[in-house]
Amino acid sequence: MLSVAVKKRRGSFSLDVHFELPTPGVVALFGRSGCGKSTLVNVIAGLLDADAGHVALNDRVLFDTARRFNVPPERRRIGYVFQDARLFPHMSVAANLRYGASRAPSSQYANLDGVAGLLGLGSLMDRRTQQLSGGERQRVAIGRALLSQPSLLLLDEPLASLDAARRAEVLPYLEILRDRLAVPMVYVSHDFDEVLRLATYLVLIDSGKVVAQGAMGDMSLNRDLRSIIGAEAVGAVVDGAILGVEAGSGLLRVKVGHGELKVQAPYAAVGAKLRVQLLARDLIVATQIPQKLSVRNILAGVVTNITGDDADSDLVAIDIGGETIMARVTKAATRELALEPGLPVWALVKAVSLRHHSFAAAPAISPARPDA
Amino acid sequence: MTWLSPSESEALHLSLSVAARSVAVSLPAGIVLAWVLTRRRFVGHTLLDAFVHLPLVLPPVVVGYLLLLLFGTRGPIGAWLEREFGVELIFTRNGAALATAVMSFPLMVRAMRISLESVDRGLEEAARTLGAGAIDRFATITLPLMLPGVLAGAITAFSAALGEFGAVITFVSNIPGETRTLPLALYTALQTPDGDTEAARLACLSLLLGFGGLLLSEWFARRVRRLLGH
Repeated sequence: MLSVAVKKRRGSFSLDVHFELPTPGVVALFGRSGCGKSTLVNVIAGLLDADAGHVALNDRVLFDTARRFNVPPERRRIGYVFQDARLFPHMSVAANLRYGASRAPSSQYANLDGVAGLLGLGSLMDRRTQQLSGGERQRVAIGRALLSQPSLLLLDEPLASLDAARRAEVLPYLEILRDRLAVPMVYVSHDFDEVLRLATYLVLIDSGKVVAQGAMGDMSLNRDLRSIIGAEAVGAVVDGAILGVEAGSGLLRVKVGHGELKVQAPYAAVGAKLRVQLLARDLIVATQIPQKLSVRNILAGVVTNITGDDADSDLVAIDIGGETIMARVTKAATRELALEPGLPVWALVKAVSLRHHSFAAAPAISPARPDA
Repeated sequence: MTWLSPSESEALHLSLSVAARSVAVSLPAGIVLAWVLTRRRFVGHTLLDAFVHLPLVLPPVVVGYLLLLLFGTRGPIGAWLEREFGVELIFTRNGAALATAVMSFPLMVRAMRISLESVDRGLEEAARTLGAGAIDRFATITLPLMLPGVLAGAITAFSAALGEFGAVITFVSNIPGETRTLPLALYTALQTPDGDTEAARLACLSLLLGFGGLLLSEWFARRVRRLLGH
């Protein structure tokens, strides 16, 4: 549990947040550029002192103005991956990786080879940092932070300075870390696609304040999120379970709520989780069982809530058995179909966005070598 | 060195010895002061900065005179040093080293500060999050990255020490074999009848020394830059 309640003024900007985050998992701090995310992360790391408040990680108090208590960053054991990597230019990749490891508590033995393998750094060890690509630099920075054996890993927009291709190269490694390491992560981003792929918990920040927070699935329906990501990107995020492969089509069968989706995806183990995003604009609502349609994916559910989206359309929340999805329909359609809470409906899914493969399927391992 | 006369050779060796001692003393102090002046903000910062730069704007004779007042046998620091440690500075090569160190100190600190200001503080922050304390950080990140400036400062100071005249002759006089460095020997030769050839030879020697020093420092700077990956 990461508990933060801090106030900080910087010029005309003021940060005033109060939240408790579940660990482990990946908590995304999401908001527009300049909303105070980076300030907040620096306060958690201790690189910036808050004016008032407290920071505690797993019951260990790190900062408390009431008690005039402040653990310096070098003793907080919080790893930090900076947007600009910040590799030490006068050291090789291997020396960079060892920098944190050699300063970690001696009771634990940092597994350099394990982390290097996980991040694909094996062939880069003897390189100078200047010879690395942007993606490689970020991977080394992540490895260096992990090897310092942090009890929390902060990632401040680690992909923001990379182009799309480099970003696509690094993202899978971040997924591997999330699924295979027991280190809780706080991931700062203003890119919702990254958040969708990585986060298990979402904190929405706007103008230095926490607007909303919750598990990723719940937060995907949040109205405040819409104002940041735009109406077009609104849609439910559901972590479905893989049931198997449909004979004939080769499509992957994924259980969401009581229903089932068939999606084109690389094969993953039965039982593994697959995160899918169902955009509100891609759902069509029917009040009778639809027949003879080209649409393959149809989810049955019950309307739970209808809210106005803009002047012409409504957002209809539909419970599909423990999970909620959201469809955008015109206000005229709401009237004509007499949509109201409690009404059984069928949602026709025109498109499914896959957000990642094999979510948290593998057993968690620690970056430290056990009983060494 | 057969092509140098005994007195010339003596002056050369003495110059090198005085300059080396001078840099050895001022280098650690210079690093600390450069760091304090660049990274710390405190009451009296401007005053300290001005004080460090004073030898640059004072006539060297004034610096020598002030040293004489402070470090002379009856000066407060000089008397204490002699009583406690038996160290005598006046009329000795150590005294000459002190005078040249004071004179070249501003140049040294200036070179280091420029280099230190270009060190990315973000790297120090990164080292901090990786568990490095203040001294650890300075030794493993800051100092290696400001090395070009340290080197430039040391070489500048060494060259300036070789050529310092006014402060040396005022503070420790012009004693053959003890404080008569190259410029003092050159000055003496000019004061001597028929000393023209000797003066010319010493001037040539100084020229060679300076030129060699510049080439050497350029070569060093290049190697260090490559080592730091620039």
